[in-house]
Amino acid sequence: MRRGFLKTVVVGWVLAMLGATAGAQNTLPANKVFRFVPHANLAVLDPIWTTAYVTRNHAYMIYDTLFSEDAKGNIQPQMVQSFTTAKDGKTWTFKLRAGLEFHDGKPVTSEDVAASLKRWASRDAMGGILFGFIEKIDTPDANTFRFIMKEPCAIVLDALGKASSNVPFIMPARIAATPGTEQIKEHIGSGPFIFKADEFKPGSVAVYLRNPKYVSRKEAPSGLAGGRPVNFERVEWVIIRDPQTQFNALQAGEVDMVEQPSFEQYESLKKTAGVKVDDFSPAGYQFVMRFNHLHAPFNNVKVRQAAMLAVGQQAFINTQVGIPDLVRPCKSIYPCGSLLADESTSYFTGVANAAKARELLKEAGYDGTPIVMMRPTDLAAITKLPLVAKQQLEAAGFKVDLQQMDWASLVARRAKKEPPTQGGWNMFFTTWTAQDIGSPLTSAMLNAKGATGWFGWQDEPRIEDLKAKFARAHEGPEQKKIASAIQSLVFETAAFAPLGQYRNPTALRSNVNGMLQTAGVPVMWGLSKN
Amino acid sequence: MATLQRRLWDHGSVRFGVAVLAFMVLVALLSPWLGTVDPAAMDANHINKAAGLAGEFALPDGQVVGHTFWLGTDNFGRDIYSRVLYGSRVSLVVGIATAVLALGLGGLCGMLAGYFRSVDMLLMRFMDGLMAIPAVLLAIALVAAMGANVATVVIAIAIPEVPRVTRLVRSLVLTLREEPYVEAARALATPTAVILWRHILPNAMAPLLVQGTFVAASAVLTEAILSFLGLGLPPDVPTWGNIMAEGRVQFSQQPGNVLFPALFLVPTVLAINLLGDGLRDVLDPKFAKRVG
Amino acid sequence: MAAFLLRRLLAVLPVLWVVSVVVFLILRLAPGDPAAVIAGNNATSEDIAQIRSQLGLDRNLISQYGIWLGKVVQGDLGYSYYLGKPVLELITQRMEPSLSLALGTALLAVCVAVPLGTLAAWRMGGWLDRALSAFSVAGFSVPVFVIAYGLIYVFAIQLQWLPVQGYKPLFGAQAGSVWDWSRQLILPWLTLGTIYIALIARMTRASVSEALSEDYIRTARAKGIAERAVLLRHALANAAVPIVTVIGIGVALLIGGVVVTETVYAIPGLGSLTVDAVLNRDFPVIQGLVLFSPSAMCSSICWWM
Repeated sequence: MRRGFLKTVVVGWVLAMLGATAGAQNTLPANKVFRFVPHANLAVLDPIWTTAYVTRNHAYMIYDTLFSEDAKGNIQPQMVQSFTTAKDGKTWTFKLRAGLEFHDGKPVTSEDVAASLKRWASRDAMGGILFGFIEKIDTPDANTFRFIMKEPCAIVLDALGKASSNVPFIMPARIAATPGTEQIKEHIGSGPFIFKADEFKPGSVAVYLRNPKYVSRKEAPSGLAGGRPVNFERVEWVIIRDPQTQFNALQAGEVDMVEQPSFEQYESLKKTAGVKVDDFSPAGYQFVMRFNHLHAPFNNVKVRQAAMLAVGQQAFINTQVGIPDLVRPCKSIYPCGSLLADESTSYFTGVANAAKARELLKEAGYDGTPIVMMRPTDLAAITKLPLVAKQQLEAAGFKVDLQQMDWASLVARRAKKEPPTQGGWNMFFTTWTAQDIGSPLTSAMLNAKGATGWFGWQDEPRIEDLKAKFARAHEGPEQKKIASAIQSLVFETAAFAPLGQYRNPTALRSNVNGMLQTAGVPVMWGLSKN
Repeated sequence: MATLQRRLWDHGSVRFGVAVLAFMVLVALLSPWLGTVDPAAMDANHINKAAGLAGEFALPDGQVVGHTFWLGTDNFGRDIYSRVLYGSRVSLVVGIATAVLALGLGGLCGMLAGYFRSVDMLLMRFMDGLMAIPAVLLAIALVAAMGANVATVVIAIAIPEVPRVTRLVRSLVLTLREEPYVEAARALATPTAVILWRHILPNAMAPLLVQGTFVAASAVLTEAILSFLGLGLPPDVPTWGNIMAEGRVQFSQQPGNVLFPALFLVPTVLAINLLGDGLRDVLDPKFAKRVG
Repeated sequence: MAAFLLRRLLAVLPVLWVVSVVVFLILRLAPGDPAAVIAGNNATSEDIAQIRSQLGLDRNLISQYGIWLGKVVQGDLGYSYYLGKPVLELITQRMEPSLSLALGTALLAVCVAVPLGTLAAWRMGGWLDRALSAFSVAGFSVPVFVIAYGLIYVFAIQLQWLPVQGYKPLFGAQAGSVWDWSRQLILPWLTLGTIYIALIARMTRASVSEALSEDYIRTARAKGIAERAVLLRHALANAAVPIVTVIGIGVALLIGGVVVTETVYAIPGLGSLTVDAVLNRDFPVIQGLVLFSPSAMCSSICWWM
């Protein structure tokens, strides 16, 4: 009886395998389908509601922007055809390109632009600053929109062409009407790809189809600017959490690109047949160590400065990244190689000086209060940093209380303003893309508004003043001077410590060509498979 | 008693199990003197070095010692040989402590449930409820609330095992309480506690012990899985499980990170399992077969 | 029969209710804030507070639970904080991969382990018995992810017979052939199956060998019944009950192994949904999962048996 049942099952399975080819599987040629493994799970689809990089990357697929940053860092028009500024700098008039359409067939109008920008500014810091200058936005006709400014503003293009979270993507006005504090429910843009919502499985796969109606610019692509030639009919974002599986899948050809392979695999990737390593973000990232300015001992600037003297960048980047050609020490708070990077960092050398740190600690009257240092056990990208810091700080005479927790606990605790012994904290670590910290107006760490500022709650009105000046200054030497002044203040007040710069290359199949070097965004246009 | 010991020793599985475990315990006890350095010490100059290399190892307190990395270094710059040897301590402690805790709690609950009808209903429903809570959730909640240390991990692994042990002991007790000598004891108005302690418990010991070995074995493995999910002990407390979990990222490139601790973990778990098998075969074959 | 089942089902409900309360409390009282996770790195404490209020987390515990329970009774499990999608939809989307993995593994294990265990018990002390004991104990002793990586390395990378990762659905709009579906699952079934086979084979061997030593077997043999019939119809049939019990209990045992397998093979099942939800403190998803979880179902089954 049991044997009969078993036999039936096995025979049935074999027959099903031999006979059935049910289901409408896509029969696209292999070089028209592209499979990409993002560095994190694509969970939230609203790029204004969250600043998560993976959501931003998803948004670049299906939305378009008014301006974009090219490979040289200059802001170029994208959806905008032309723009003029009035003599007094108080009126900006923009004309949209012809033929721009949303995926639902409706044309892109200035109403959509106005609504999208409003929603963006309600959440984004730089957007908020821009809108602080704007008296009103008016839309004289469907293709034109105007900013009427209260005073001349130097950052209009920088803001509209902002490359990293939150990016001012243009959505239909009816979707952009959703308050910035709620997630949008539809995902319709005017970008080079169409989001296939019915095939989206959160945690598993996201599917995009080529937008046949997309009107690309005529120039060659450069960075995020210029044309956006799409060579694939279908793009699948495959979510694979395990780094070893990502590597294996790439090697076996099951996926075409792994956004962020783990550093430990870098050497192997270079040697594996059929796979190559490239970089879409040469500017890279920076690690950072942040103090809690509200409570002892880091409420004492000398103690903070002692900690800054105790850290040596080389150990951090060697341990966390470990590959010499991917890392470089960088003393500046702006990424080295960027416009505003500055070598003048007063006492901060980025080289550990335990002896000097000890002296300064004694001078400051450090009484041995342990530093509550938070360490995320489940975030591979930064989990090693606290261990290095503990070693270095203890060598300088600090007492360290290393608290290990998962990321969710860490971010919950990070938001608490209570003293460290009552559920608060003294120190945490994080990493930023070069784009995020390249400008004082976009760097969250320079939010020195005290209790309403960024975690750490530094209260330094001088930094806020300089930022306001920066927004009004002319580009070039004037802005650079202000940026340097901000940097000096950061070190004077020991707001946070830069821990070194690094790149995180991407891994591709060897037959994938045309990868663009963008401002840290992996884009699927320009790519092709042969 | 002498014949019991002789019977135990005659059994191949028991001999193997005891031998391997004794070796591991020795390694655990003697680890500081077996050519090791501080397992948590990281030297950024020696990241991912191959096995057998010798070099100057910079310790956190500043001194530099000459050291041979018998099994290479990991991606933090720590000596794998030292970590594996010191790891035996924690892994063995986790295994044994979990078994003791699970047996203790499960045994107590099982005896109460089996002996007292009134308690039975409630306790077994409670155990069902316990089994319904995802072990992962329990582990994270405990680790988040109490910090990631050995005690928390032991509790997190032991609690999901308690319902099964309870079930086992309960079914044993249900049978045992019908035995003539228990009936007799009750007829003599012996206090319940004495009955439980003197009549029920000794007869439940054998299967309990056997189950304990399996709990210990599965605890060592579960600790590895918790580390795989990022929920286990922090990396500066080495365990075989978390060395393997950390090293898995570069499995194809440096299999040593996973294989060397496996070389210790697999025989140990195997030994515990075989010991359990042997104990079961010798101590109480009939009972053990009936209840698994 | 129907009334009996209904009564049993109703008896399970109080257990589920208590569990939901316990889980609810654990989530709210343990460290970790879903609002902080959602808010991201650039946020301020004020942003987080606003999100908390949006999610209803600033109300008192009783009203939070009451609101949730009220919706559940109407069949609405709420929306995931993180994914914005209905919890029920997320769970049902992941049912197929999880069931495919679990049932396939169980079937494989039973089909391999029961015959092996029976044969080993029949020829106790023989080479099959020893080999089986060795294998089954080994199956218990190696961590799941090591088995997984090993299998992938041999069959997917070196021999290239099977895919590395992924899941192809059997039903639904994107369904493929049965061949595609099962090909993706062979390595996962083997990975999880190793533990299962070890467990069930041991149990079968023990049960059948005990059944074989019973009097009725001697009677059957004396009556001249063929050995095969003795094995299957008498020994195995009587040994079946403890084996089935163990299979049921074994399902709960494998929760850890399932999560690892789903992670390594990138199978979008309930196991990885649970882990992600717990790590992100996605309360509605966790609370919904607890009501539907295999452990809940299995413990109900076990209790029922």
